Amino acid sequence: MPSDDAVQSDLEQQGVFFSTLNRFYNWGRRSSVWPMAFGLACCAIEMMATGLSRYDLARFGAELFRASPRQADLMIVAGTVTKKMVPQVVRLYNQMPEPRYVISMGACATSGGPFRDGYNVVRGIDLYIPVDVYVPGCPPRPEALLHALMTLQSQIDRQNLKQVRWYGKKARPQSQDFPVPSYGPHGLEIDGKLVDPVGSLPLISSYSSPMEGEQRRDQIEHPELVRVFPDMERELREETSASYAEALEGEDQHVRR
Amino acid sequence: MLSTDELQINIGPQHPSTHGVFRLLTRLEGETIIELTPVFGYLHRNHEQLGEANSYLQNMPFTDRLDYFNSMANNHAYALAVEKLAGIEVPERAEYIRVIMVELTRILNHAGAIGFLFNDMGAWQTQLAFSMREREKILDLFEMVSGARMMCNYFRFGGVVRDLPPEFLPALQDLLEAMPAFIDELERLLSENEILLARTQNIGILPKELAISYSVTGPMLRASGIPYDIRKAEPYSIYDRFDFDIPIGSVGDVYDRFLVRIEEMRQSRRILLQALEQLPDATGSHINPKARQNVRPPVGDAYTRIESPKGELGFYLVSDGSTKPYRYKIRAPSFINLTPLGDLCRGHKIADVVVILGSIDIVLGEVDR
Amino acid sequence: MSDDNSELSARQRDEARAALQRDLPFALSPSGSFPSPEGGPDLLATSDIVVEAQQIAAVARYLRASLNYIYLSNITAVDLLAHGCFELVYHFYRLSGGPALTIKTRLPREKPELPSLTPFWPGAAFQEREAYDLFGIVFKGHPDLRRIYMWDEFEGFPMRKDFVRQGDKYLSE
Repeated sequence: MPSDDAVQSDLEQQGVFFSTLNRFYNWGRRSSVWPMAFGLACCAIEMMATGLSRYDLARFGAELFRASPRQADLMIVAGTVTKKMVPQVVRLYNQMPEPRYVISMGACATSGGPFRDGYNVVRGIDLYIPVDVYVPGCPPRPEALLHALMTLQSQIDRQNLKQVRWYGKKARPQSQDFPVPSYGPHGLEIDGKLVDPVGSLPLISSYSSPMEGEQRRDQIEHPELVRVFPDMERELREETSASYAEALEGEDQHVRR
Repeated sequence: MLSTDELQINIGPQHPSTHGVFRLLTRLEGETIIELTPVFGYLHRNHEQLGEANSYLQNMPFTDRLDYFNSMANNHAYALAVEKLAGIEVPERAEYIRVIMVELTRILNHAGAIGFLFNDMGAWQTQLAFSMREREKILDLFEMVSGARMMCNYFRFGGVVRDLPPEFLPALQDLLEAMPAFIDELERLLSENEILLARTQNIGILPKELAISYSVTGPMLRASGIPYDIRKAEPYSIYDRFDFDIPIGSVGDVYDRFLVRIEEMRQSRRILLQALEQLPDATGSHINPKARQNVRPPVGDAYTRIESPKGELGFYLVSDGSTKPYRYKIRAPSFINLTPLGDLCRGHKIADVVVILGSIDIVLGEVDR
Repeated sequence: MSDDNSELSARQRDEARAALQRDLPFALSPSGSFPSPEGGPDLLATSDIVVEAQQIAAVARYLRASLNYIYLSNITAVDLLAHGCFELVYHFYRLSGGPALTIKTRLPREKPELPSLTPFWPGAAFQEREAYDLFGIVFKGHPDLRRIYMWDEFEGFPMRKDFVRQGDKYLSE
């Protein structure tokens, strides 16, 4: 099997096609990444512009925006994710069939962006689902989104069938869905534990990318700050560092795999 | 006789026809809507809270992201509010540049709204591609002046951030010359399409009296037959110098709302042509050199409003004498235009809901703020 | 031109005040019912018409019926923490054009209740729900006073000035 690209293209010109199973699989997946039609905010407009005539996402095989998560391979989180929207985003992600990819488009989806300090804004969607490619910009230009898609494609190219979780010898499709947070009196809760209080900083760490194992990074933002919970009976609720250490511990049990 | 039960259907927040993350709770009898409740807040990103933590100038880029189709119009409304609060004068040339930008925004917005109408009715992205093609041309102009396509952040207190580049005016001339053909094309697509007529005429009628008591503004109010346009009713900036008409509808249905938008695009073009003619030459300043951007307005409050493409966009600012607003309230047109949605949809089929919603022309960044 | 506008709005305000004085004298609130803090800016000082909170519905209906202010544009809640009150600001318009008529009213922070305008102007429904959601102001007579932006389970009113705010922007404070 020629591993040299020059030899490969030389042979292809003469009508001889060699491939490995690996390369064939990756070629198939990279050439038909179907995104979900999932616009959240401003970036969604640029996402649409990317799909339309001037920038023409179809050149990369990704023009079929599907309205249903069941038919989509790629979730482009295009816009600010609010705490009210997170449960829906995570649920949609869980409903997508594997292999699935996430592009976090724009500053808001990546880190909260300009709205980072808003009480209802999530400081990055990677607190709840793992992200493959981050795109900076507010909003990113369509070219930037195209570049993100190409980056994703090159990531797919590098995947080895034996090592990818859902194709390997011990095929392990995701054993369990990502936990869907629920609405609580002070913020988002996972299994009854406060993880993302309204008006305060998150108590969970972000996920690493799928290439790095989709694990929590164990670093919360501003660990030195005492989380003050935003409610009207504040003095009753003032929690100390001990209690969010506890929250982190709890997270170990139910979030990390 | 077949017995039927009421059916509850939840549309959204992730739905391709809700124009963003918007949720509708419907109760149906067969396919007929008997009750519809909108649910908000999925894009509530706290503009008003952050506005109180930012300085006056820092809020300018945030206004871009309110109604992300019309960043220039939002800039204008906010700049007017701060100028009123701090008593800042705007030079002549800057006023004209502002009007040019805002009217371009109006054309862009209406073209987009009409494109999405077809999208909602199942033409998927075909018609949208026409509108977006025109939008890209206007975005090129915005990029020329501000450096950004969508989030222009172009206005400053007392003017605009930089003068028009030399290539801007010829490019705008070209655009305006080509525009009537585009608008006619768009109108033909609307008025000569039988399916479209059947699906939009006599759908979602909003009578005059209701439109007023529901505080509806913009093209929606005018489609109901009320010639109320803030550019004429309470002229701000230099709108009293231009000659233009206020198109109004006769029935107040979805179709009228889109015809009004088409006609408004023509009127905007008229304003643009006049503005180009009257535009003072480049020796005029694009910004008041005495205006401080780090404003510290005196204690007090100010409310200003403009006719944004979607309706009355107002900013209510309270100053406590510091560099940050004490209260920063946005009167968002599409938020308040949504109030009659439940009444408009009652009695119609579920497929009409997306068309009626589209005719209100909402942008969730502004509805939820 | 802005001078014309401010003159016009001052004239409108004086006319409306005189009419209210004549027909609804009990509704015009005596100013200074809330204390001004020492040293801080006096945000209560205003030239706009200030009415008694419980009379707001009567005032609004009077403005509509007698003075032709038929268009209710904007309702704003302001938390004046240092003064111990909420201020509600209403902007009314005439359909024939002209500047806004601003009506203000003040409520104690402990028990912020006032009559709703939704039965008369259905367009006030969402704005009043917003003020309820973010400030906790109760509008009596509102047909559907629920949270609008935050979820129903949420406790607390995030736009109040004493609501805790943490984040990078607030670190230096």
